[in-house]
Amino acid sequence: MEYVAAGALGFLGGMLGGLVGVGGGVLFVPALVIFLDQAQVKAEATSLLAIVFVAALGAYRQYGYGNVRVRDGLVMGAMGVIGVAGGVAIANTVSGRTLELMFAALCLMIAAQLVRRVLKASRPAATDRAPGPP
Amino acid sequence: MTRDRLLKLLLIGTLGGFFSGLFGVGGGTVIVPLLIFWLAFGEREATGTSLAAIVLIAAYGAIDQAIYGNVNPGYAALVGVPALAGVVTGAAVQQRIPERAVSLLFAVLLVATAAELIF
Repeated sequence: MEYVAAGALGFLGGMLGGLVGVGGGVLFVPALVIFLDQAQVKAEATSLLAIVFVAALGAYRQYGYGNVRVRDGLVMGAMGVIGVAGGVAIANTVSGRTLELMFAALCLMIAAQLVRRVLKASRPAATDRAPGPP
Repeated sequence: MTRDRLLKLLLIGTLGGFFSGLFGVGGGTVIVPLLIFWLAFGEREATGTSLAAIVLIAAYGAIDQAIYGNVNPGYAALVGVPALAGVVTGAAVQQRIPERAVSLLFAVLLVATAAELIF
C-alpha cells in the first residue's frame, strides 16, 4: 500500500512538473519520507536520481517545442556542480530534523509562489477574453 | 555571449545547484524566476532551459549523494517511473484543465506536506 501511495505521489509530481513547471522533486522527497520511511537526507538523495530521468524527458519534450536555449542550459548546468557540492555537504551535515524543517519551509515558500502566480494571472483576466477559435 | 550574461548564467547555475543539492529538488524554483527577471527569458523558455540545466545538476547531486551512500535506486524507480508517465499525462491534459486550479491544488498539497513534515 505504501508503495502504491509513493508511486501515486511520483505520478502527481511528474504531472505537476509538466503542468506548472515545478513539481517533481518537491513531491518525490515527501513521498519517500512519509510513505517509505526514508530519512530526509536519503529521500533527497534518491529524489535527485529520479529527477535526472524526469528532467531529461521534460527537457527533451521542451526542446521539441523550441523552448530550450541549449548553450545557456549547459552553462548553468556545468556551473551547478559547485553549488550542488555545497548543498549536498550541508544536507549531510545538519540533523535530519533540521533538514526536514527546512524542507517544510521550502514547501510553504513554493506554495506561496504558486498562490501569488494565480493571483497575478487572474488580474488581467479581462483582457484575455479575446474570442478563441470556434 | 557577453561577459555580463555569462556571469549571470554562472551565478544562476550555482544558486540552482546549491538549492538542488540541499533539498533534493531540481532547482527550477530558483532558476526559472531568475532567468525571467535577470535575463528576460519568456516563461516557457525559462522552464525549458531550466530543465536542461537540471538534468546535469541533478546528475551531479545524485552522484555526490551516492558517494555518501544515500541513494536507493529501487525507490528512485518507484517514484521516477510513475513520474515519467505523469509528465506525459500532464502534457496531454494541459489544454483541457485550468492551470489556475492546478496551481492552487498543488499549493494546498504542499501546505499539507509541510504540516506532515513539521508535526
